[in-house]
Amino acid sequence: MLKLKSLDDFRTLQDRLQTGRDPDIPTIVIPAGTCGQASGASDIIRVAKREILAKELTGKVKLRITGCHGFCQIEPSVLIEPARTVYPNVGLREMALIVEAVAKGEVLTDLLMKDPQTGEQIEKQDDLPFFSKQVRTLLDRNEKVDPIRVYNYLEHGGYSSLAKALGKRSPAWVIEQVKDSGLRGRGGAGFPTGLKWEMLAKQPNGQEKFLVCNADEGDPGAYMDRSVLEGNPHSIIEGMLIGAYGTGSTHGVIYVRNEYPLAIKHLVIALRQASELNLLGKNILGTGFSFDIQIVRGAGAFVCGEETALIRSIEGKMGEPRQRPPFPIQKGIDGKPTAINNVETWANIPVIIDSEAEAFAKTGTKNNSGTKIFSLVGKIRNTGLVEVPMGITIKEIVYDIGGGPSGKAEIKAVQTGGPSGGCIPADKFDLAVDYDSLTEAGSIMGSGGMIVMDENTCMVDVAKYFMHFLKDESCGKCYTCRKGTQRMYEILDDISAGKGTPEHLDLLEELAVVVRDTTMCGLGQTAPNPVLSTLRYFRDEYLEHIENKRCPAGVCKELIHYSINENCVGCQACVKACPEDAITGEKKQPHTIDAAKCIKCGACRSVCKFEAVDVT
Amino acid sequence: MINLVINGLNVSVEDGSTVLEAARFLGFPIPTLCHVDGLSPYGACRLCVVEIGQGPRAKLVSSCTYPAEEGLKVRTASARVVRARKMILELLLASCPQSKTIQDLAAAHDVRQQRFKQEYEDCILCGLCVRMCEEQMMAKAIGFRGRGEKRSIGTPFDIKSDECRLCGGCMYICPACQLRCTYNEPENAICGGCANLSPPCIEKDQFDDMMCYLDPCVACEIQKDK
Ligand SMILES: Cc1cc2nc3c(=O)[nH]c(=O)nc-3n(C[C@H](O)[C@H](O)[C@H](O)COP(=O)(O)O)c2cc1C
Ligand code: SF4
Ligand code: SF4
Ligand code: SF4
Ligand code: SF4
Ligand code: SF4
Ligand code: FES
Ligand code: FES
Repeated sequence: MLKLKSLDDFRTLQDRLQTGRDPDIPTIVIPAGTCGQASGASDIIRVAKREILAKELTGKVKLRITGCHGFCQIEPSVLIEPARTVYPNVGLREMALIVEAVAKGEVLTDLLMKDPQTGEQIEKQDDLPFFSKQVRTLLDRNEKVDPIRVYNYLEHGGYSSLAKALGKRSPAWVIEQVKDSGLRGRGGAGFPTGLKWEMLAKQPNGQEKFLVCNADEGDPGAYMDRSVLEGNPHSIIEGMLIGAYGTGSTHGVIYVRNEYPLAIKHLVIALRQASELNLLGKNILGTGFSFDIQIVRGAGAFVCGEETALIRSIEGKMGEPRQRPPFPIQKGIDGKPTAINNVETWANIPVIIDSEAEAFAKTGTKNNSGTKIFSLVGKIRNTGLVEVPMGITIKEIVYDIGGGPSGKAEIKAVQTGGPSGGCIPADKFDLAVDYDSLTEAGSIMGSGGMIVMDENTCMVDVAKYFMHFLKDESCGKCYTCRKGTQRMYEILDDISAGKGTPEHLDLLEELAVVVRDTTMCGLGQTAPNPVLSTLRYFRDEYLEHIENKRCPAGVCKELIHYSINENCVGCQACVKACPEDAITGEKKQPHTIDAAKCIKCGACRSVCKFEAVDVT
Repeated sequence: MINLVINGLNVSVEDGSTVLEAARFLGFPIPTLCHVDGLSPYGACRLCVVEIGQGPRAKLVSSCTYPAEEGLKVRTASARVVRARKMILELLLASCPQSKTIQDLAAAHDVRQQRFKQEYEDCILCGLCVRMCEEQMMAKAIGFRGRGEKRSIGTPFDIKSDECRLCGGCMYICPACQLRCTYNEPENAICGGCANLSPPCIEKDQFDDMMCYLDPCVACEIQKDK
């Protein structure tokens, strides 16, 4: 590969790539992140390639394989540029038809998405309600670049922010820009990134300084970071290079969990390409600035995402948090000053330098600038990754982008922030999604998980689920975190089994506060959030379990009973579904469930088309 | 020197001191369980928490690990601290009721109730044995394994360690486990005392299970059945 010896070399190459590109050639874009591949993207890519070759369309129709676009529900999908036609859930046969249609400049109306309300067909991706309310600063670039082609990234302005920073400005300018942009860390706590960098830059005795990209992403159900790493690895590298230039750092580490093989593969390729182009390593672009980046694979413990545990893990020790102070900024990897930022934080850096602070700060609200990616999952119609401006309301995310409830049941809460977060009830959906408002409401922004819950979700069960996760994932060092999460789980388990007493609630609350107060790291300090927030907003549900031994959502197995009502037409579908042969009845006659045999699996209820199975 | 204020009193301590050391210098009692002078601070039991900071930013930190900082304001017995301490002791009592150390601490802090399900664990994972073994006995024979509920103390792969020299230091320092060898004179015993018995032990039934760490038993050379 070409070795770029100076900033001029770089600009020449970028100009050549940009002028050489013809945006009017129809291009088939297939997202093939881990998510896309799991739903069959690799196969449709093979078909697309074969068809293009067979029909001799090379040069006339282009194909681009990209990372994830975020709309999980429609995977595997195909996007046609420049028209921006989108085809959802494409099969092998459809793929062949699409190639043909693209060559002819036609649209296959039968294959388009339909609006769930009006039944109308929607052709353009940007007209889908899921996309139209988003502000996709980062995810947009996932659509534009092929993650394993650095020229593709350069073509779309890649590394020009780095060149800009290196070219005419000073390190102080970089830090000033990041500070003025108001960017706050996307890893959860929302610490101002510019401030962190300023502290790092000012560290004395800094012969060596480290920058770390935290790609541990251990929250169950969160995959924002994965999609950025897989889809746009060069943006992380560029962000870190700019950060290194601004802070005078010498070494970079990307700490990525081993469960992300595709992300690691793309990162390895991107790092090699960047080094070959002289965008990474010694004397970058002939400017005298040097920085290297190495990948460290994490063993997949949630707690290793915590800064001090992460540092120990990088040093090859057991991933266990330690006392702060001293903070990593003072004493990090091998005792050297270290700044740690989240994947999404890094991905925002080139955007800030490119558009400059003032323009960046226009998105979002005053103390919460920019966009944030959320993984929207649960009982909602449109699931996937959504990127929204900070300060948007929960209502807009859930109803406008998410399309409201997936079934007939009303939505009753969203859970934000993963295991360290809390539940926000539907009557608070006007709440602005930003670091401060969410914390005030008893939850946290966290890294961006957003789980939607409806009336069939039991809040005691939700708290129990997260507590189960936390008691396994606590590093176990602090007695109150290890034992406290176990005891909270134990009490929740008792309540869900109908063995709870009113005193249990007091004890639970008392314990939760002590766990929050006395633990060493963020895991323990936030571990009680799921309990405290559900107790705050859904105390009634707890009381129903305790006083009336009833689970209103029909979830807690020990407290529910299945029975068949008069709607039963005797179709016998449930009889076949029941794993325990608990259902009997003559054909076309109402059936009954033998409570002694029933294991409450719910299979009958999900197969019955006549709403004849009740849960009480 | 670093100047800080503890319960309203000014104190100057050397750089690198902990809040615990500063408080003890002034004579303020702070209960500890996983801290022993001569071993490095670890911060596992959380019993030594104190309150620092003001207003909404006030928080509890473990005094045995928290460095004394210039201008720090510390409260060693605020209502919040006392509440936390009592809850920690209640939790300890619920899991390790047989430990004399824990019983004494609970009594001293007026813990009068135990509302959790009773357990009988013989380790609170305070890490004293690990630090004793590594820092004083230079052996590194035992360590932590696993996390969360599965965390435990032991030798790598649970096989008998070649590093272990059967000094008994780990048992001596343990506040919870009953493995500490006390021979049949608990008051006078030092750990490993059995090794000095002569003639070799003839009253082995009195040891019962006490010497399981010593394998084979140094005194009587009897292989315990596995
Ligand atoms: C238990 C725990 C897990 C964490 N996991 C992650 C993670 O997976 N990814 C991440 O970026 N930050 C995680 N964090 C936050 C990091 O400690 C740190 O604050 C963050 O990486 C700083 O980057 P930022 O300023 O860009 O947000 C975690 C924190 C805790 C306490
Ligand atoms: S709070 Fe929990 S996860 Fe954090 S150091 Fe303590 S035991 Fe480990
Ligand atoms: S599936 Fe429903 S309608 Fe059919 S037999 Fe069972 S309960 Fe009755
Ligand atoms: S809940 Fe499951 S076990 Fe019970 S009757 Fe229905 S299918 Fe059978
Ligand atoms: S008896 Fe063995 S494990 Fe225990 S402190 Fe001595 S050397 Fe370490
Ligand atoms: S065995 Fe004893 S000293 Fe070792 S960690 Fe457990 S309680 Fe502490
Ligand atoms: S489409 Fe990529 S995560 Fe769903
Ligand atoms: S004595 Fe400080 S945490 Fe145990």
